[in-house]
Amino acid sequence: MRIGVVTFPGSLDDRDAMRAIRLAGGEPVALWHGNHDLDGVEAIVLPGGFSYGDYLRCGAIAARSPIMAEVIDAANSGVPVLGICNGFQILVEAQLLPGGLIRNDHGSFIRRNQRLRVESTDSVFTSGFVQGQEITIPLKNGEGGFIADHETLDRLEGEDLVAFRYLDVNPNGSLRDIAGLRNERGNVVGLMPHPEHAVEPGFGPDTSDAMRSGVDGLTFFTSVLQQSVLK
Amino acid sequence: MPTIVVEVMPKAELLDPAGKAVAAALHRLGHSTIGDVRIGKRFELHVSGEVDAELLASVQQLAADMLSNGVIEDVVSVQVSGTGVSGTGVSGTGVAGETR
Repeated sequence: MRIGVVTFPGSLDDRDAMRAIRLAGGEPVALWHGNHDLDGVEAIVLPGGFSYGDYLRCGAIAARSPIMAEVIDAANSGVPVLGICNGFQILVEAQLLPGGLIRNDHGSFIRRNQRLRVESTDSVFTSGFVQGQEITIPLKNGEGGFIADHETLDRLEGEDLVAFRYLDVNPNGSLRDIAGLRNERGNVVGLMPHPEHAVEPGFGPDTSDAMRSGVDGLTFFTSVLQQSVLK
Repeated sequence: MPTIVVEVMPKAELLDPAGKAVAAALHRLGHSTIGDVRIGKRFELHVSGEVDAELLASVQQLAADMLSNGVIEDVVSVQVSGTGVSGTGVSGTGVAGETR
C-alpha cells in the first residue's frame, strides 16, 4: 500500500511518519503541500510540526494550502487520512474533524510519554487495537488543548467518535480528556500524541520489559495496511 | 491606500493562557488594579481603491472564514481605519461561527 505523507513548510515529523510506514510494511510516498497532486496514494498522513510557524492559528494556513483541496476531497470519498499533532490541528482547521485546539491550559510546552486509552476501534487507523486497550506513545505540544461546545462533546461521545483519551493526567486541559477523534465514516483520525515515534524497539517509550522498547504506535500503521488487504 | 482593520478575540468563556501569564506578570510588578488580561489579534488589510459595501462584505466573510476560527474565537470588529465605518452586523460579539 502506498501511503502519502504531506510536507508543509515547517513540518518536522514527516520523515518519522515515512519511516513508521516503512517499518509497518507500507510504501511511503512524499507529497508536497504546494502541488495539487496526491500521486495516486491509497492513504494520507498529515505529520506533526509547526506548519507556517503556527502563524494565524495552528494548522490554519496549512489547511488552506493547495494540496489540501485534494486531501479534503479524498477524505470525503473515504480515503484514510491520519493527522498527527499539527496534522490533527490541520484536520480541525479543514473541518474534517470538529472542535478546536488551543494553547495548553498550563501555558507550557509539554513533552512526555503519554498513556492513552483506545476508545474506538471503528476506524481504519485503530482497527488493530482492542477496545479499551491502554497504550503509551510520545506527546509533545504547546497547543493541544481540545475544545468544543458541550453539544458537540456530547455528540462525539454519543456517536463513539472519541478515538483516544488521556490516562493518568490530562496534559493540556483537553475537555473530557480527549486526545484524538475519528470521523463518522472511520476513515479520518486525528490525535495530538505521536504514534510515529513509537514504532521501533530501542527508539520508543520505556516499557516494563525494557527501556525504549515501546512500539504501540506501529498498530496505527499496520491497521491501515490491513485495510488494503481486506479490500 | 485604505486600511480595513479586523479584530479577533479568543472566546470569552475559554481560558486564555497567554493573557493569564501577562496578568500574572503585571500583578508581580505591583499593578494590583489590573484584573484579567486577554490577548487578541488585530489584522490591518491594506486594500487598493475605494472600500465599498461589497468589499467590506467580502472582508467580513474572510474574517469569519479564515482570520478567525469560530470554534475558539470571535470577530469583534471589522472597520475601515480612520473613518468609523464598520461592517454591518459585525460590531459586537459572536458572529464568527455563523458562517462556518
